[in-house]
Amino acid sequence: MVRVDGSGSSNSLISARGLSKTYSRGGEQIQVLQALNLDVDAGEFIAFMGPSGSGKTTLLNLLGGLDVPSAGSITVAGDEITHMSRSRLTQWRARHVGFVFQMYNLIPVLTAFQNVELPLLLTSLSKAQRRQHVETALGVVGLSDRIHHYPRQLSGGQEQRVTIARAIVSDPTFLLCDEPTGDLDRKSADEIMELILRLVKEYKKTVLMVTHDPVVAARADVTLHLEKGVLVEADRLQTVSSGGAR
Amino acid sequence: MKFLGLIRANLFRKKIRFILTIGSFAVALFLFGVLAVVRVAFSGGVEIAGADRLVVINRTSIIQPLPLAYADKIRRIPGVKELTYANWFGGVYQDERNFFPQFAMDVDNWRKVFPEFDIPEEQWQNYVKDRQGAIAGAATAKRFGWKVGDRIPIKGTFLGGVWEFNLDGIYHGTRQADDETQFWFQWKRFEEQVPAQYKGNVGWYTVKVDHPDDSLRISRAIDAEFANSPFETHTDTEKAFAAGWVKQFGNIQFLIMAIGGVVFFTLLLVTGNTMAIAVRERTGELAVLKAVGYSDRFVLLFVLFESLLIAMIGGALGLGLAKIFTLGGDPTRGLLPFFFLPGKAILAGLGVTLAVGAASGVIPAIGAMRLRVVDALRRV
Ligand SMILES: Nc1ncnc2c1ncn2[C@@H]1O[C@H](COP(=O)(O)OP(=O)(O)OP(=O)(O)O)[C@@H](O)[C@H]1O
Ligand SMILES: [Mg+2]
Repeated sequence: MVRVDGSGSSNSLISARGLSKTYSRGGEQIQVLQALNLDVDAGEFIAFMGPSGSGKTTLLNLLGGLDVPSAGSITVAGDEITHMSRSRLTQWRARHVGFVFQMYNLIPVLTAFQNVELPLLLTSLSKAQRRQHVETALGVVGLSDRIHHYPRQLSGGQEQRVTIARAIVSDPTFLLCDEPTGDLDRKSADEIMELILRLVKEYKKTVLMVTHDPVVAARADVTLHLEKGVLVEADRLQTVSSGGAR
Repeated sequence: MKFLGLIRANLFRKKIRFILTIGSFAVALFLFGVLAVVRVAFSGGVEIAGADRLVVINRTSIIQPLPLAYADKIRRIPGVKELTYANWFGGVYQDERNFFPQFAMDVDNWRKVFPEFDIPEEQWQNYVKDRQGAIAGAATAKRFGWKVGDRIPIKGTFLGGVWEFNLDGIYHGTRQADDETQFWFQWKRFEEQVPAQYKGNVGWYTVKVDHPDDSLRISRAIDAEFANSPFETHTDTEKAFAAGWVKQFGNIQFLIMAIGGVVFFTLLLVTGNTMAIAVRERTGELAVLKAVGYSDRFVLLFVLFESLLIAMIGGALGLGLAKIFTLGGDPTRGLLPFFFLPGKAILAGLGVTLAVGAASGVIPAIGAMRLRVVDALRRV
């Protein structure tokens, strides 16, 4: 079960303790995350919400090992990642994290197949094995008939599905999605959500997703709100931010 | 190499830019090749000149003669191994533009002094027996379509008359740079046919010494021997003579270096800028590569390799064109006996290409290596 009070059990998949992130801009210190706690179990599907600038992307980047916290620790599947060197962190990402960003996900000069194959080139898989994995992943996202298309020949929703195929092709420990539907129309967004739900239900994926869209967030198991640098569960939001902010 | 698809796709990302960048390298390296050819054309003689050969000329001027009687006196100087001599003929074959050097040469010792010229023994023997005989360098023979056995008329200039020769042989240089444009005939025939006032004279002596280290001493000894005589000598190494000849044309070496330097500096600016743009416009993609697990070092090498590849394709193209350009031979029809692109210059060209490719790629590559995923995704 997801927890934000630092009381998670030692066998949670992802565990963040006292996570802080401070940016300095023009001599001024901006505290984005302030001693945040989070525990996520395997197979959970979590949505993060919060106003723009509240630190959702910052949190996701820290959890994905793209950035390092100012204080606190992150443990994923028993690995403490906060003190890894840059190059070890890169290797760790390749093994454990699948990323889906809002935009700029695909390399335009590579086909869907080649884009999905990118993470596999770093493994010792043979060409035939890579091909099999890529075809399976593209099959899961329903793009078996678009394998040799270039990104510009695909719709926005299809591009995002290729990205999801790339994120799952190496079977990572968890998926991080930063506004995966942010750039899409309602229908495409729904399709992407269906796909992510299927990944969670059928393939038992652990997914952490940032979204601005309450409809999208409602599909997740739990919605967490980022407020003043810490996470708050949605149903307790009223009590925390009492005073009628919402 | 499984990353080849990634590299290839990136190369052809912007076809026009790709072609223009390759074209810049090709043009620069073509120019480099041509400059190298020009350099060899002027200094090739210096480089191949025998270190163990001295040339003895009249101190007043090379066109003044020296007495044949000097031959024995020079031979007696310690350290002198061989000696031969020749006269300049300066005749015209068919047309004044058909220039090639003609020497009336001493058949007895010529080949001992100039072992780099290779002539089939049978042809040489025929020539020695034939007072009307001549031997032509392979380049000159090819230029006029001569074959052994042909009869070749050459109009004397300062001597007048038409001199007919039997082509008894064709010589080849044993090294790439050896001069294959000369035309030799027997000094004895020259001596017989010249007017009385020219008899008993040679144009210059070429002396082979035992040890190149001794050259200076022997040169001085020769010049001392004939000091205060009516025919004073000036002796120097073959190399020094060749270098003196090149100096007449000004500082060609410097000119070539200057032009080459400017060309490569410009090339560096152009390609450096192109690479910087090429990397900047795919900041987001490089960030995605890093996000999915590509290391900083991979990204560095990836950008650098691309830059090197473009440089090498363009450079090889340019040098190849320069080589083809020289295959046609000397365009001045004989004024430049050394007209070729040496292998060393090709290697140097490829070296410079690699250096420019690396230099233009290194800054963008380091930028790509240092790029942080979070910044890159925020920036775009
Ligand atoms: N590299 C940085 N330097 C300085 N400030 C930064 C940096 N990165 C993020 N910030 C600041 O941190 C805060 C949180 O940014 P973040 O991108 O995490 O917000 P977000 O919740 O994802 O917003 P959005 O919904 O607009 O994507 C913002 O005020 C942002 O300006
Ligand atoms: Mg964000």
